[in-house]
Amino acid sequence: MFPRPIEQAPKHRRLIYQLLLPVSLFIWLLPLLAIFMTSIRSAKDINTGNVFGWPSSFEMFANYSGVFLRSNAGQYFLNSIWITIPTVAVSISLACLAGYALAIYRFRWSMPLFFLFIAGNFVPFQILMVPVRDLSVQTGLYNTVTGLVLFHAAFQTGFCTLFMRNFIRALPFELIESARIDGVKEWRIFWFLVLPLVRPAIAALSVLIFTFVWNDYFWATVLTQGEASKPITAGLNALNGQFVSNWHLVSAAAILAAMPPVIMFFLMQKHFIAGLTLGATKG
Amino acid sequence: MRSGHGNSLRLMPVLFIAPALLFFVVYVILPIFQSFYISFHEWDGLGEMEWVGFGHYAYLLDDDRFYTSLKNNLLWLALYMLAVPAGLFIALYLNQTVRGIRLYKSMFFFPFVISQIVVGLIFSWFYNPSFGVVGHVFEFFGASPPSILGDERYVTYGIIFAGLWPQIAYCMILYLTGLNNVAPEQIEAGRLDGAKGWRLLWHVVLPQLWPATFLAIVVTVIGALRSFDMIAIMTQGGPYGSSNVLSYYMFETALSEYGFEMGYGSAIAVVLFLIMLCFIVAFLWKMYQDEKDWR
Amino acid sequence: MKRALASFAMAAMVLAGSANAGELVIIFDDPNPGPKAAFEKVVADFDAANPDITVKLSINDREAHKTAIRNFLSADAPDVTAWYPGNRMGPFVDAGQFEDISGLWASDPNLSSSFEAIKPTMTRDGKQWGVPYSYYQWGMYYRKDIFDKHGIAEPKTWDELLAACAKLKANGVTPITIGTKYLWTAAGVFDYLNLRTNGYEVHNDLTAGKIAYTDDRIRATFGKWEELVRPGYFVENHASMSWQDAIAPFAKGEAAMYVMGNFAVGAMKDAGLTNDQIDFFQFPEITPGMPRAEEAPADALFIPSGAKNKADARKFLAFVARPDVQSEWNIAIGQLPPNSEAKVGDDKFIQEGMATVSTASGLAQFYDRDAPAEMAKAGMEGFQEFMIKPDRLDAILKRLDKVQKKVYK
Repeated sequence: MFPRPIEQAPKHRRLIYQLLLPVSLFIWLLPLLAIFMTSIRSAKDINTGNVFGWPSSFEMFANYSGVFLRSNAGQYFLNSIWITIPTVAVSISLACLAGYALAIYRFRWSMPLFFLFIAGNFVPFQILMVPVRDLSVQTGLYNTVTGLVLFHAAFQTGFCTLFMRNFIRALPFELIESARIDGVKEWRIFWFLVLPLVRPAIAALSVLIFTFVWNDYFWATVLTQGEASKPITAGLNALNGQFVSNWHLVSAAAILAAMPPVIMFFLMQKHFIAGLTLGATKG
Repeated sequence: MRSGHGNSLRLMPVLFIAPALLFFVVYVILPIFQSFYISFHEWDGLGEMEWVGFGHYAYLLDDDRFYTSLKNNLLWLALYMLAVPAGLFIALYLNQTVRGIRLYKSMFFFPFVISQIVVGLIFSWFYNPSFGVVGHVFEFFGASPPSILGDERYVTYGIIFAGLWPQIAYCMILYLTGLNNVAPEQIEAGRLDGAKGWRLLWHVVLPQLWPATFLAIVVTVIGALRSFDMIAIMTQGGPYGSSNVLSYYMFETALSEYGFEMGYGSAIAVVLFLIMLCFIVAFLWKMYQDEKDWR
Repeated sequence: MKRALASFAMAAMVLAGSANAGELVIIFDDPNPGPKAAFEKVVADFDAANPDITVKLSINDREAHKTAIRNFLSADAPDVTAWYPGNRMGPFVDAGQFEDISGLWASDPNLSSSFEAIKPTMTRDGKQWGVPYSYYQWGMYYRKDIFDKHGIAEPKTWDELLAACAKLKANGVTPITIGTKYLWTAAGVFDYLNLRTNGYEVHNDLTAGKIAYTDDRIRATFGKWEELVRPGYFVENHASMSWQDAIAPFAKGEAAMYVMGNFAVGAMKDAGLTNDQIDFFQFPEITPGMPRAEEAPADALFIPSGAKNKADARKFLAFVARPDVQSEWNIAIGQLPPNSEAKVGDDKFIQEGMATVSTASGLAQFYDRDAPAEMAKAGMEGFQEFMIKPDRLDAILKRLDKVQKKVYK
């Protein structure tokens, strides 16, 4: 192991390390703590500049419920869910199919297609913006949850395919080979043999795509306009305009917006990290 | 051998790939070409397009805002790279087995999970000279606080600093996983040879961490060039365009309250795309080498 | 490909069973509680008066609305939408996306008689394109208690204003607060300096692209501005504050004046100030004898040419123009009714505003509504930069000239 395990170090160094851990974590998360503290303060504290001190009163409930009562945050939240979940489902399904084909079959276009998916995944959003917006406007998908889902699903398909293809490729090919020799049909191999094996990859992708799409702001700004389809990130910007200088409310809204990915991360930590490292650890 | 037998094996891959490819082509591949096409036109998104050839590109060469954005993009690229060593540093710091270390690791990773919009909001408030933390700290020392987001000298650094926070977390997690895969025998062998500390890190550990480093560099480059959310929420490119980057400048030009120059915006997007393309090609080249080895 | 998609979309729309005969879709642009409630009341009254029409109202965030309108006008047009007159309606009128309602202006006795003053701003190519429902004055809001404490009277001339600023500054009060983070506030200051230095015609010629920014007259305007910037008469850090943030120093008594629109009064009162503490004066005279023009931006409602229910939309616009509707609505939101027959609220700021605009020689819409959007953006960035780095004036003006050449082709 590197660095040398602290257990082998002299006792005082071990102690210092263990003391240092919570202190460094505190400093690292200071911005979050500060915003959390702000989100439970009263408006009076904000106006009188009580930023570090003990809150003069705890207004957690009032502030958090205030966010929902005084703005459309509830609707934005629902929209986010309606955008995120179908996107996850669609992009992963498509990627399972495509990843399977790219990993298992050998055909002339396999490599170029694979690279196409990878390359597309890295392009700056701005090069897609005008045409995608135009396409959405012309097809009536502008300002609809469906429009956002379709775009996100398509875009995330690139990353998911890359991931799935690598994952399936690392599976023992003999399994598929022997199934073929037994005369099992191709789609049955995919459905009954491969799909169960890639479940860890699906889990990893689900958390990742959920987080990416939930946190998206750019496309939400480009493809939506009003309450009906705006997700919470874009909504948060609107709230920031509406609650100017009401930092206790803005903070509460920000924390609310950040919650779902955070919960998702803590519930499925292992998968999440496996996903981020592109399956380097084999899920 | 992964060769097919029979007709079905030739047809199957097409069926499997077609849906994903269709989606991807319609929403990602075609739009890239359309953007190139639009960039040669004058278009406000409403009327007819008007062919202007390289007119927009010629204007770009003489556009101060464009140069400011380009300069800031380079600044982002350079400073964002700090996330890689910083992430490595934290990963090494946390790569222990003391009690509760798992929780520490995930708490350190936390900032990455949060939306950049939220991070941007947090730091806008942090930097606010009248209500924010920075303001109070300066007042505590009896100094008048700087207006970090309102001063052309500091603003870009202020935003990059905020952006580094989640990015360091990302690099950290890549390195933590990488460190898990480092072969213990080699480290022990290195130690027996008398290597310690930096030398051990440099000569034995880092080479083994190369895949993690590569990935960290890739995601950091992409992150730096995609920086949009933070700028949108913290400064909108201000004051007077001094914190603009190409991604935001493009948006501002093509689709904001004050501009609907889809053609000019597309020209900016094309430049940004070409910059990114250098990195994409490099990345694909590396992938290609790896694939060849795999076969 | 595009055509195929478009026809697909058409089919989808037909299948979705386009709006029922009596449905009226309205998009409004102010989700803040007060204005939202006031408009909902107008809609409810209209609903009650027209039982056969059902209004479907959706409200956009104002900033989002400004970009969204481009999309929904061509993709899925509502029957009525909020928008702004002057140059801001230009692109849509020119692209044929707003309905010509000159007929309504001519046939409706109320519209044809009671909107004379504001009619020009609703007119383009000799036709009328919308119905204004509200406008408001701009000017100098100030802390009366602070002025009284230091024995300062409302300045009437430029010299008096400078003297007041000097006195405030000497007493540790920053004379003028402003938050330029979102740029347009600086345009308010510029417009007034320009209107008072050069008059209404120059404002119009500049925003119409007929005068260069390096013109001596515009330089003179910046010269006046410099007299406020150099001695530090504006609050520090204004580039990181929104207009609402800038109220804080005003409310705390750290700053004493604010060049603003009347909508700011509500926010000032929210910050704890009372009617006794705040007051209003017209922006002082600079060039002696220059006819006094004012900033008075109007908000209006338009019918998109793609609307499905234009007949009812016209009914709604006629309804909104009625004096009783305009009275009630504007009293509720604390603004001025464009209808000259409508009653004006008895709030002192509304009264003073009415007195200010009704006697003005000309009404400007505001720099960012009179100038085309791209020009406005570049111009306002220039104003902001000038307020921070006055030494760069030459470079700024040259850059604006360049943008001007590109924008007005």
